[in-house]
Amino acid sequence: MEQLQGKTILKKIAIGKVFYFEKTIAEVRRQKIEDTVAEIIRFERAKETAQEQLQGLYEKAKEEVGEAEADIFQVHSMMLDDDDFCDTIINYIHAGNLNAEYAVAKAGDEFAEMFASMDDEYMKARSADIKDISERLLCLLSGVQRDGPTLTEPVILIADDLSPSETVQMDKSNILAFVTRAGSVNSHTAILARSMDIPALIEVKIDKAWHGRMAVVDGYQGTIVIDPDAVYLEELRGIQERDKQKAEAQKALIGQKSMTKSGKEINVYANIGTVSDVAFVLQQDGEGIGLFRSEFLYLESKALPTEEEQFLAYKEVAEKMEGKPVIIRTLDIGADKQVDYLDLAEEENPALGYRAIRICLTQTEIFKTQLRAIYRASAFGEIAIMFPMIISVEELAQIKVILESVKIGLSEQGIPYGDPQIGVMIETPAAVMVSEELAQEVDFFSIGTNDLTQYTLAIDRQNPKLDHFYDAHHPAILKMIQMTIENGHKGGAWVGICGELAADLELTEQFVEMGVDELSVSPPFILSLREKIRGLE
Amino acid sequence: MKEFNYVIKDVLGIHARPAGMLAKRAKEFESKIQITKGEKTILATQLLMLMGLAVKQGEEVRITIEGADEDAAYEALTKFFQENL
Repeated sequence: MEQLQGKTILKKIAIGKVFYFEKTIAEVRRQKIEDTVAEIIRFERAKETAQEQLQGLYEKAKEEVGEAEADIFQVHSMMLDDDDFCDTIINYIHAGNLNAEYAVAKAGDEFAEMFASMDDEYMKARSADIKDISERLLCLLSGVQRDGPTLTEPVILIADDLSPSETVQMDKSNILAFVTRAGSVNSHTAILARSMDIPALIEVKIDKAWHGRMAVVDGYQGTIVIDPDAVYLEELRGIQERDKQKAEAQKALIGQKSMTKSGKEINVYANIGTVSDVAFVLQQDGEGIGLFRSEFLYLESKALPTEEEQFLAYKEVAEKMEGKPVIIRTLDIGADKQVDYLDLAEEENPALGYRAIRICLTQTEIFKTQLRAIYRASAFGEIAIMFPMIISVEELAQIKVILESVKIGLSEQGIPYGDPQIGVMIETPAAVMVSEELAQEVDFFSIGTNDLTQYTLAIDRQNPKLDHFYDAHHPAILKMIQMTIENGHKGGAWVGICGELAADLELTEQFVEMGVDELSVSPPFILSLREKIRGLE
Repeated sequence: MKEFNYVIKDVLGIHARPAGMLAKRAKEFESKIQITKGEKTILATQLLMLMGLAVKQGEEVRITIEGADEDAAYEALTKFFQENL
C-alpha cells in the first residue's frame, strides 16, 4: 500500500483502476520549403479545421459543463483568428521558406512568451491558451491524434495537468476521479469535477508507474492509496456505500420544503464566501443566502475594492439567486485578517479589538462605499444587509444615519435602489443582553454562534490546549440563543442562526422548539438539514 | 476623425472575452480604429496585441476612429465599451 496526500476538491470516495494520461506532443522539425504558396494553403486548411474543432468543443462543453466553462473555446477561436498571429506564421513560411509546423511552433512560442512575461497573473495564464491553440494546429498539420484518452472501463484518471480541450473530449461516464500534479481549486479540472460530482485531488506527486494498478481516492482525507489492502478497501467501500445511499435519499429532497411534520417551516439558507459559490447553493437547492461574507472582496484585492467592483459582485449574486433572499454581511475584518492597504495596527487581542463595524463606524468612507454598492445591487434582487459585532443600540443609530445619507445620495443622482431588510449579527454577549431593544430597530437577527461561543466561554478556538474545556453545546450558549429568539420575536424581528451550530443536527430539534426562523449553513449541509427538519414533529 | 476616452470599469480589465468581442466588432467597420494606452497604440482588430496592452480596471484608454464610416463606428464602440467594459 502506497499513500500520497493532495488537496481535495470534492468529498467523495472513488475506487478503481488507475489510468495514466500522457499528452501526445507533435514533434516539430525545421524544413526548407520551396513551394511556399502551397505551404501557406496547408496552414490555412489546418486553421479552418481547428476552427471547426473549437466550435464543436464549444457546443459539447456548453451542453456538458455550462456556458461559462465553454467560453474558453470561443476565446481560443478568436485568438486563432488573430491577424498578428496568423501574419507572423505566414511571414515565416513565405519569407523564411519554412515549413508550416515550424512556423506555427515559432510564432506560438513567441506569443506565449509575450503573455508569460506580462506583469499580470490573469494575462500570464493566457500563455497556456496560446500554447493550446498552437498545439492544436501542430497536431492537425502533422496528423497526430490529439484526442483525450480512450477509456474503455471506469478509471481513476491521473495526469500532470489537463487542458480544457482534453477534459471536454473525454468520455466522462468512464471517469471515477481526477488526480493531477498541477491545478488549482479554480482550475478547469476542479470545476469539471464539481460539476460531475466526482472526487478530485490536485497537487499530488503522481507516478506514471501507477497505470493499471488498483487505487482508492479518498476525497474526505485528500489521499490516494495505490494497491490498497483488503481491510482498507473494505472500510472505504463502506463509506462509499453510505455516501451513495445518503445522496439518493437527499436527491428526493430537492424541491421539497424544509418543514416539520406539524407544519412549521424553517428557511434553510446557505453561507457563501464568493460569487462562484452560488452555483453550488442552487445545486443543493438552498432557499436563500443567509450569510454572504463580503470580506472576500477586500481580502482578495490589492486596494480597497471600488463601489463598481462591489456592486457587480453583489448584483451577480442577487440575480443568480432569482428573487431568493441574499443577506450581505458588511465588512468583517480586523487585525487577525490583515489587508495591507487598510494598514491596521497589530493588536494584543484582535478578537476584542478594532474590527468589523468598529472600523466601518470610524472610517466611514469605506463603509459608505460598501453600502452604496449594496443599495444599488438591491434594485436587482432580494437583498438584505446585516452588521457584524454589534454591542449597542447606539451603534445602530449611527448606522442608520449613514444609511440615510447613502440613500439620499443615490436618490439625488437618480440611481435606483431597492428596500433591503436591515439586520444585526448577534455574536457578542452584550448584543444578547440588549436584544429586546435591538429588535425594535431591525427586521431580523442572525446569531453568529462561533464568535458568540468564543466571547461567552472566553475560549480561543485556535488554541488546541483549550479543546478540553470547550463545549459547543454549553448551556450558556443555548440559553443565549433562546433569549435572542424570544426577544427578537417580541420586537417583531425574525431570527436566524448562521454560525457552525446551525449545521449541528444534534441541536436542530432544540432550535426549532425555540422558534428559530432560519438556519444558514454551508452548501453541503443544506439537504441533510432539510432531511432532519422534515423528520421532526 | 472621432475619438473618445474611456476608463475601464470591468474588474478584470480588458480581458480575453471582451477583447475578442471588441476585435470582432472593430472588423465590421471600414474605418481605422486605434486604441491607445499610455504610449502604446494598436489597432482594435489586433486581439492579441490588445490583450497585450494589459489594460486594468481604473485605467484609461483612448479610442480614435478615422474613415468613411467613422460616425457609425463611434456610435457602436462607445456603446460597446459602456456595456462590456
